[in-house]
Amino acid sequence: MTEKSPKKEKIPRQPMPEQDPRIRKRNFEEVPLGYTKELAVKEAERCLQCKKPSCMEGCPVSVDIPGFIKSIKEGDFAKAVRKIWERNALPAVCGRVCPQEIQCEGKCILGKKGKPVAIGNLEKFVADMEREHGDGKLPPKNDPTGKRIAVVGSGPSGLTVAGDLILKGHEVTIFEAFHKPGGVLVYGIPEFRLPKDIVYSEVSTLEKLGVKVECNTVVGRTVSLDELFEQGYDAIYVGVGAGLPRFLNIPGENLIGIYSANEYLTRANLMKAYLFPEYDTPLARGKNVVVFGAGNVTMDSARTAMRLGADRVRIVYRRSRDEMPARSAEIHHAEEEGIEFSLLTAPIRFLGDENARLTGVECLQMKLGEPDESGRRRPIPIDGSEFKLECDLAVIAVGAGANPLLTKSTEDLKVNKWGYIVADPETGKTMKKGVWAGGDIVTGQATVILAMGAGRKASDSIHQYLTWGW
Amino acid sequence: MFEILERQDMADGTVVLNEISAPLIAKKAKPGQFVILKANETGERIPLTMADTDPDKGTITIIYQVVGKSTTLFKSLKIGEGFQDVIGPLGQPTHIEKLGTVVCVGGGTGVAVLHPIARGMKEIGNHVIAIIGARNKDLLILEDKMKAASNELHVCTDDGSYGHHGFVTDVLKDILEKEAVKLVVAIGPVPMMKFVCSVTEKYKVKTLVSLNPIMVDGTGMCGCCRVSVGGKTRFACIDGPEFDGHEVDFDELMQRLQAYKEQESVAYKKFLHE
Ligand SMILES: Cc1cc2nc3c(=O)[nH]c(=O)nc-3n(C[C@H](O)[C@H](O)[C@H](O)COP(=O)(O)OP(=O)(O)OC[C@H]3O[C@@H](n4cnc5c(N)ncnc54)[C@H](O)[C@@H]3O)c2cc1C
Ligand SMILES: Cc1cc2nc3c(=O)[nH]c(=O)nc-3n(C[C@H](O)[C@H](O)[C@H](O)COP(=O)(O)OP(=O)(O)OC[C@H]3O[C@@H](n4cnc5c(N)ncnc54)[C@H](O)[C@@H]3O)c2cc1C
Ligand code: SF4
Ligand code: SF4
Ligand code: FES
Repeated sequence: MTEKSPKKEKIPRQPMPEQDPRIRKRNFEEVPLGYTKELAVKEAERCLQCKKPSCMEGCPVSVDIPGFIKSIKEGDFAKAVRKIWERNALPAVCGRVCPQEIQCEGKCILGKKGKPVAIGNLEKFVADMEREHGDGKLPPKNDPTGKRIAVVGSGPSGLTVAGDLILKGHEVTIFEAFHKPGGVLVYGIPEFRLPKDIVYSEVSTLEKLGVKVECNTVVGRTVSLDELFEQGYDAIYVGVGAGLPRFLNIPGENLIGIYSANEYLTRANLMKAYLFPEYDTPLARGKNVVVFGAGNVTMDSARTAMRLGADRVRIVYRRSRDEMPARSAEIHHAEEEGIEFSLLTAPIRFLGDENARLTGVECLQMKLGEPDESGRRRPIPIDGSEFKLECDLAVIAVGAGANPLLTKSTEDLKVNKWGYIVADPETGKTMKKGVWAGGDIVTGQATVILAMGAGRKASDSIHQYLTWGW
Repeated sequence: MFEILERQDMADGTVVLNEISAPLIAKKAKPGQFVILKANETGERIPLTMADTDPDKGTITIIYQVVGKSTTLFKSLKIGEGFQDVIGPLGQPTHIEKLGTVVCVGGGTGVAVLHPIARGMKEIGNHVIAIIGARNKDLLILEDKMKAASNELHVCTDDGSYGHHGFVTDVLKDILEKEAVKLVVAIGPVPMMKFVCSVTEKYKVKTLVSLNPIMVDGTGMCGCCRVSVGGKTRFACIDGPEFDGHEVDFDELMQRLQAYKEQESVAYKKFLHE
């Protein structure tokens, strides 16, 4: 095949310019500085324009990757971003946070022998170009249908549903419990990885298209799903995320200085505690910090603690490096910023002083045994290996569960034994008529792009229902 | 914006009442539930119990003690101004049922939280004995309203400037000696609730308390509000704020309330300076 023209492989993968780790570890500005036009075109030239692009198989929403990269190569960035929009409404977000190494880039043919095309960086580049220099022209909308849809939760899945359905001519209102829209994109993922202005700009585009955003509305408390139907909504999409913190359930967990990652990151990001006292919400600034877990949330918490002035930040994880689920770029960034890793280590007890303030955590050393249900090797404690890690701040980032607030207040919405909503994986239909669900509240904490993919499927199904019936 | 329609200074200006336009919340709220308020863009999220609601008018009433930066900021808001964000109703409503004799004990601004509960208990047919206390006469709030919401009202002041000279627990003990009390509801400063519970434990009378840990979201998403009840960790914002007082670890609650002491005073001083 002509695809493997050896000439093109000679161009190396263009590195993303980044803030110097020694400087960025103390500020909240974005780490990658972004490609220049020249870098972007050069990187785009590496793409072989495969006839059967394997990269697309790795993208959960099948973005036309060779298609948009071709437009970059030709210097038509506006066309490139429109190509992506056909499948993905939030490229500025996905280019920054998708785990590309296991998705699109993980499947890129160039990755077999060398480095894959930097698909994520290119996606971020064209989305940023459009936001900063585009003509701001809105996509065309179908004629009004007179149908009304309520979207509960304004995370990536809810935003996707709202965007899809408003273009189809329906009326859409988003109800959000917090005082600001965006879900994990604003309360969880830190500013240095995803600037909040990008999220607000996406939301404001939706508003310009006619989507109404009602914040401060806790569905299940302020208003119930059935009341929304009574108010005349024809269909409801539930995308409330996996908002339940998981704790370690070990002694001493209520000492002062121990946070769930949800609390730590919400204070830091949504409430802007890193700007205290300019902003009113306080947050403990630890000198000696430990963070439990190994996912994106763990990296975000550790890097936030470093930026808030810690002398030492350690990530404590009971398995080994190979099992760490975080994006590889974030593990790498964390290491560059001087974050240490205590692997094969499990906490057993928190220790405090007479004022109930955290002073340390007792841990056990682990070794790896046979693989468990998750396919990862099971950690086994080594007898008598107890030791103490001193710390004045601890963040527990070992995953999230299903928040029962909405499901408990809605009897006919079926949930599984872990509390996640039961929904058809193809359509997002729940057991309750007229109600769809998707994203983390169905799958458990996953990724932005999967939540968006679920939203896309549900909006197709909702549109079909509003046109043809349940 | 959630507009302030009425405001009133109480207890020498240390306590403030705001009636706020919030029609959706007013329609849904039940006694014992709270809201979270944020005054402006840079403000923090502050939980306050609804002291009253008027579903027809579409308003809720909050009564708060001015203790630090955020409540001082709230105090500065005038009629016609308002809060950027008000979220609710949050928490479990008080379980109001007909039991017989119910004693309602309130201290400080806790009286404001207690009032709708006492009124509900009386309306459903209980014999309600209310005991309210404050440090001195000037700090006492809602005496008239509590009188109307109860069958019998006892007032105490720590310095004896009005009513019974002494603590609410003195009066409570007398009542427990004399009457068959089915339930005690105690709402006020943490030490007061702890003290009431140690008294009622001796008489084996079930006691409800309303806990006020530090909160952020109020929807069970952050775990900031965790309290130990019966040896288990519970989230006050969704499982509470009311709990069986005999099971609550009050000492832990008091310690956790101190978590941001230093930062609170930094914020407060900066605010007063500006
Ligand atoms: C710190 C952190 C870092 C992450 N990093 C990455 C990453 O790098 N890459 C990646 O792909 N994924 C990442 N994820 C995962 C990803 O963010 C989630 O999978 C995704 O946001 C799920 O989207 P969602 O729309 O289902 O829900 P969410 O984003 O959780 O949004 C749900 C929204 O619903 C609101 N809500 C909840 N209950 C109610 C109610 N009763 N009424 C009204 N509104 C309600 C919530 O306030 C929230 O705004 C990360 C997650 C976290 C927490
Ligand atoms: C469910 C609930 C209901 C409440 N109802 C009432 C009420 O009806 N009337 C009333 O006067 N007070 C009530 N409170 C207490 C009230 O929220 C605090 O007094 C207020 O937050 C103090 O804020 P500040 O900035 O003025 O003071 P700060 O100087 O910041 O704090 C003073 C003290 O208030 C507590 N506090 C601080 N921040 C918070 C927070 N975000 N959430 C909770 N507590 C905090 C801490 O113990 C702190 O030491 C309630 C608290 C809860 C949790
Ligand atoms: S959406 Fe994510 S997975 Fe798909 S192409 Fe873009 S970065 Fe890759
Ligand atoms: S990105 Fe990789 S797999 Fe996809 S078309 Fe280009 S070279 Fe082929
Ligand atoms: S305030 Fe966050 S869980 Fe209760």
